[in-house]
Amino acid sequence: MDLCLACHGESGQSKDTEVPSLGAEPAFYMLIQLYLFRENQRKVDVMNEATKGLTDDDLRQLSDSIAKLPAPKPPPDSPDPARMERGRELVHKYRCGFCHNRDFAGHDNVPRLAAQREDYLIKSLREYKVNSRPGYDATMAEVTQPIPEPEILDLAYFMARVR
Amino acid sequence: MTQSASRRRALLLAGTITAVVAAWPAAAQQPAAQPAPPAAPATQATAPTPPPTWAQGRPDAAIEAKLAPIAPPPIPTAADKLPVEKLKLPKGFKIEVYAAGLANARTLRQGDKGTIFVSTRLLDKIYAIVEKGGKREVKTLYSGLYRPNGLAFKDGTLYIAELSKISKVEKIEDNLDNPPKLTLIYDDLPKDEPHGWKFLTFGTDNKLYFNVGAPCNICMPPPTHAQIRRINVDGSGVEVVARGIRQIVGMDVNPVNKQIYFTENSRDWLSEDIPQDKLNRLAQPGKDNFGYPYCHQGNILDQEFGWGRSCDEFTKPVALLGPHSAPLGMRFYTGTTFPAEYRNAIFIARHGSWNRSKKIGGDIVVAKLNKDGTVKSIEPFITGFIENNNYLGRPADLAFLKDGSMLISDDYNGAVYRVTYGNAAVAGH
Repeated sequence: MDLCLACHGESGQSKDTEVPSLGAEPAFYMLIQLYLFRENQRKVDVMNEATKGLTDDDLRQLSDSIAKLPAPKPPPDSPDPARMERGRELVHKYRCGFCHNRDFAGHDNVPRLAAQREDYLIKSLREYKVNSRPGYDATMAEVTQPIPEPEILDLAYFMARVR
Repeated sequence: MTQSASRRRALLLAGTITAVVAAWPAAAQQPAAQPAPPAAPATQATAPTPPPTWAQGRPDAAIEAKLAPIAPPPIPTAADKLPVEKLKLPKGFKIEVYAAGLANARTLRQGDKGTIFVSTRLLDKIYAIVEKGGKREVKTLYSGLYRPNGLAFKDGTLYIAELSKISKVEKIEDNLDNPPKLTLIYDDLPKDEPHGWKFLTFGTDNKLYFNVGAPCNICMPPPTHAQIRRINVDGSGVEVVARGIRQIVGMDVNPVNKQIYFTENSRDWLSEDIPQDKLNRLAQPGKDNFGYPYCHQGNILDQEFGWGRSCDEFTKPVALLGPHSAPLGMRFYTGTTFPAEYRNAIFIARHGSWNRSKKIGGDIVVAKLNKDGTVKSIEPFITGFIENNNYLGRPADLAFLKDGSMLISDDYNGAVYRVTYGNAAVAGH
């Protein structure tokens, strides 16, 4: 667990570029991701290495512990109201809250998005769109298909700052 | 009452369900089902954001329903925690755990020498269940495959359909400890994720039949999609044999009339109770069109794509299998150990709904047929996978073994069950 937190942040909040904050991520979502890393189905070298040899029980315990970390906080800047409004409308248009909940806290296999690192959100949306990050199921590959790059940036800006 | 709601009510009073749905501009659709309209210009922050035109009237309550596809755990349930005690079967039948520890178990096929091959959809594996010295053993034959849902077996060769390619491996049962590399036979396939996974089966013509699903919930599919194709076993001679099919995860040949029957999963977000999923039969290969995206369940025009069309243009289903019930695997029973009433009937694994507040499906139903191949009745066969509106398990596929017993895969628990009738249960041990 200490090894995880060295990069992902002790308080559930990551300080590293494109490394996600994990605080309050649903345990089931974490379990799926850790499993996919261990089985090399989701390919991120450092994570494939870190999960190598872990047992199913190890994965379960890590997931449960991570879920108990405090939720990350949005960046301390004062958000640009116009961008926040655009993001809000995009969230409505693509119905992100339908699965991720209205407060974007996620549940079960659906990850928390609220106050996630903006750079990680951008990276994830781009990867889903070109399918270089195949999801556990096809949902995000489908959802991201019609989202153009400027909207990805606005969505990520909004999610990173949503309260 | 909103305008659309009042119109809906008036139509409900006045007309048929078909009229209601065709005229109902309000049904919610799955996210990103079609190109989104341009964003509305930003309005003052206090004003509620108007929904895009095509989603107007979507009941606000739907967002509170928290309906989303249900993900199975990637780690299988322990054998002693499987829900077999909760399952209900007709008198004389018995169900037991056949094998556990096969995460995301999907398609089931039996090899000539008795090996049970099991595919996965969300994982990257093909498993084999083998008997060794009276002991049953699960081994992972292949890893690193991409959504390898489809399996077929013939003359010693295993065929595997991944998302966008079909491969084979010869003499697999002689090499279970050291499985040979897969040989690609066909990959002229789209790479879309939605409904990209395949079901693979042999027709009586010794050709491989498989689906190319619609790349969406509801959309106008490209000409390469929403169809059944068949190929020769070497991958040559591709033909499209049926069109207008949203997604299939189960097909089998009727042993009497030799036609292919298949389950089809209908569109989501139209409503809780319509459209129903379908059981179809392919009576006119090359000509049949089953209606997607214009017509659903054989008698409802789509509220967007159905304008100017008629359901009579399309091949009708032979049975309706319930709204959102997700019928997947299906097989005809040709064995002799089940009572005679089940001979040549179709057993269908209904995976169970996600796009519905009160879950339905999550069972095995049996479709008994008339002499002309139409459906006489649909009856429950195994129930009990749903408890308090939650899944205890989800049947994904089934297969009949040479001894006449039935296997059922459960992709939620990562398990395979075996169903036997009468004293046959003892013979397995």
